[in-house]
Amino acid sequence: MSETTAIHTDAHHSDDGGRAMRKLIWKTFWILLLITVGEIFIAFTSIPHGVLKLIFISLTIVKAYFIVGTFMHVNHERKQLRFTILLPFMLIIYFIAMLMAEGNYWHWVMNVLEGI
Amino acid sequence: MSIQATAIHETKSGYWGGGESPYNVSWGKLYMWIFLISDAFTFSSLLIAYGTLRHKFGDSWPIPGDVFHHFPFYHGEIKLAYVGLMTFILIMSSVTMVLAVEAGHRNSKKEVVTWLFLTVIGGLMFLGSQAWEWYHFITGTEEGKMIGGKLIHGANLSINEYGNPLFGDFFFFITGFHGFHVFSGVVLNLIVLILVAQGFNDKKKDYELVEKVGLYWHFVDLVWVFVFTFFYLI
Repeated sequence: MSETTAIHTDAHHSDDGGRAMRKLIWKTFWILLLITVGEIFIAFTSIPHGVLKLIFISLTIVKAYFIVGTFMHVNHERKQLRFTILLPFMLIIYFIAMLMAEGNYWHWVMNVLEGI
Repeated sequence: MSIQATAIHETKSGYWGGGESPYNVSWGKLYMWIFLISDAFTFSSLLIAYGTLRHKFGDSWPIPGDVFHHFPFYHGEIKLAYVGLMTFILIMSSVTMVLAVEAGHRNSKKEVVTWLFLTVIGGLMFLGSQAWEWYHFITGTEEGKMIGGKLIHGANLSINEYGNPLFGDFFFFITGFHGFHVFSGVVLNLIVLILVAQGFNDKKKDYELVEKVGLYWHFVDLVWVFVFTFFYLI
């Protein structure tokens, strides 16, 4: 990380810096590909659906980390910019929690309450 | 006057003290980031709405793996293989894009043009795949399904043979909105490709244009990663 930071804060790459960057890009590509293939593979195993959901969501966040961090260069930006980009998504976490609860409630009203 | 100015200069220090960019990026890139954050909120809202209504209508919601099992030139069922391939195409085009950005940092115009060209091809391949997928979703199976005394094949916005009508609506809206982003990305990439090939930044020795359009393109890839998980896997 510290080695690559030194390379990327400069707008122009040296030949060595370019080689290190290309190595990082291809490494990221293989990680993303292996995770995607792994996801499709475990979709057909007999893991309970609840557990499977959690695994899929965690792996998606891992993939997002690599795309945003390496491809979108955020790992090499200043702390100030990183937080400005990432902090607004706290609202999204709240939004997810709120609306999933709402969806379950609607389901309950529709199926349980109206059945009584 | 000069004493006062020096005093102000001394009390303010650090990144937020003025005199330098606290973010250390150009305004163009910052604008792109602000746009991408707002766009991420739009896509988040769409996917969260999908999740909410799926929780509500869980009983009548189709299992995506049972709907998307077609593969070109193959008559059996291979679940999820085709969307897996689409994901691979988009990740690959993200790689060629970041390689174009890297080549730009070394002022290698020839490499930038090559990688950008491959990115445009990747984008077009993805759009073609999506059209194929939509075609199969809309035409549906040969057997179809009896709904309300009528035999229904495939899907439209008001009814589909797979399950809850909202499933079709969300499919068309979310993948359609994403597909439109891919289409816009291909157009932008093509414009930048032509500009670079014509020598637009020869004098400036600066390929920031490629970086900005690259940010957008990676974002489109990022959204697809989430659509893939929440629409096809779960």
